[in-house]
Amino acid sequence: MNWFSRPASETQVTHGQRLWLYIFAGVTMTLLVVPTLIVIPMSFSDSQYLEFPPEEWSLRWYHNYFGSPEWMGATATSFKAAILTTIVATPIGVLAAYGLHASKIPFIRATFVLLITPMMVPVVLIAIGAFYAYVKLQILYTMTGLVLAHSLLAIPLVVIVIGSALKSYDMNQENAARSLGAPRWKAFMTITLPQIRFAVVTSALLAFLTSFDEVIVAMFISGGENSTLTRNMFNALRDQIDPTIAAISTIMVLVTTGLMIVAQVFGTDKSQK
Amino acid sequence: MSAASTLNSDGLARDERLERLKLFGLASPAILLVMVILVIPVGWLFYVSFLGADGSFSLENYERMIERKSYARIFYTTFEVSILTTILCILIGYPLAYFMSQLPNKWANICLITVLLPFWTSLLVRTYAWLVLLQKSGLVNEWGMSLGLWEEPLRLVHNMSGTLIGMVHIMLPFLILPVYSAMRQIDRDYLKAAANLGASPRRAFWTVFFPLSTPGLFAGALMVFVLCLGFFVTPAVLGGGKVIMVSMKIVSNIELFVNWGAASALGVVLLTLTVGILWIASRFLNLDTVSKGGH
Repeated sequence: MNWFSRPASETQVTHGQRLWLYIFAGVTMTLLVVPTLIVIPMSFSDSQYLEFPPEEWSLRWYHNYFGSPEWMGATATSFKAAILTTIVATPIGVLAAYGLHASKIPFIRATFVLLITPMMVPVVLIAIGAFYAYVKLQILYTMTGLVLAHSLLAIPLVVIVIGSALKSYDMNQENAARSLGAPRWKAFMTITLPQIRFAVVTSALLAFLTSFDEVIVAMFISGGENSTLTRNMFNALRDQIDPTIAAISTIMVLVTTGLMIVAQVFGTDKSQK
Repeated sequence: MSAASTLNSDGLARDERLERLKLFGLASPAILLVMVILVIPVGWLFYVSFLGADGSFSLENYERMIERKSYARIFYTTFEVSILTTILCILIGYPLAYFMSQLPNKWANICLITVLLPFWTSLLVRTYAWLVLLQKSGLVNEWGMSLGLWEEPLRLVHNMSGTLIGMVHIMLPFLILPVYSAMRQIDRDYLKAAANLGASPRRAFWTVFFPLSTPGLFAGALMVFVLCLGFFVTPAVLGGGKVIMVSMKIVSNIELFVNWGAASALGVVLLTLTVGILWIASRFLNLDTVSKGGH
């Protein structure tokens, strides 16, 4: 009995009968991953036309990128904004999630919905709204404004991730600490926080990526010396296909993949597996 | 004795209320941020959408949407792109999620990476990748012609097909993840029982497995549809100016024409559509249980 005629499911469908599904899944998974990854070898091509496989290898587009003060400035802005967003959004989100979880006042549900609205409102609308507000507040094209807007977008993710971690956490542990005389903040810091630390790491990474990858809001409220990398990339894409973008894309893919690995190592609880 | 205990319990109740308020206060920075940068500005946009060119109350921004053919075209395109993307995502994503749900855990997790990797990668990078692959001298055309599949370079990008390819690629994870998690919850014994009672594999799938997976499917499809409605970057880059969706019109109203009234009115319609669809959906299915993958 070979593999093809062996049953693959509870209903005795054989692997042979399922072959179409396996081929379909293989092709789909390839199409999901390859388009992003193929940009990496292409970015080392010497040609203007981004060949694959490249006939001549070169670091031409990387020189272009690293040699350009504009691209370098935008990259620095993006990293700065992403790091500051992480620093702002994570504690604010953790506090909010904890407050909503521990306090049992009636309008918790409504507050939760309010805090996740940035996820539901179309980003374009948030962008033009923030643009208007920033003109009034005189923080248009500033780092402060950018970080606040990106924090707004990141807060729903932090609140959801932390909220769901707190749901599976037994608050009585904190009560025990308090009945032994620890003030609430100390009980939180020493008992609760260490136990939800994986969720905190995950939400911090999500906040970082939210800011780092964000295009539309940055398009409106970042500018001048505070232009983000994605904003400049988007503008370059609208004009022509500049191979320098391939080099930048490669670096962005590496940053994301690096963060994913960090999330795997520090953001998951191995003791529960 | 009883008076004292009542007094005491009054005090305790007051303490508890105070404590609850203090805890609730922890959420205030987040609430403040949402109010100042989102709720108040969007409220202002709502107000502006009802102002005419002369600054008095008027419905002209909304009337324009109904009267002008170009607006009807934009709404038609938005729905066309959103519906087609959702259908394609279901047709491609459901079988893939099914495939993964049938694998042992270890293999399923490896396959899941192929879904999560694009999910985490910058949207702009993925859009750019498709632009490079689909352009006239791009890889897809080059390979297609060298394999003899077609003679002339196909126009794959800067039009509807390019937009759809990019959108489906970006939206697929949003469909696959909830569907997969719903499928994982299905007790396999139901299928064994169905087979035992004489159901053919096909019948067992359609009468037992598929209905149990629909909460995940609905949640995923809804998510994809709603996200598509407000999409901007991918159609702007891959559509090449031929696919104009609501969000793009909002941006051009501000950037090119500095017409806040028109942009706001479109924004209000877009927001109403999005919230309306989410609200109707939440009436018919319990999104809470879906997001947890349970029943």
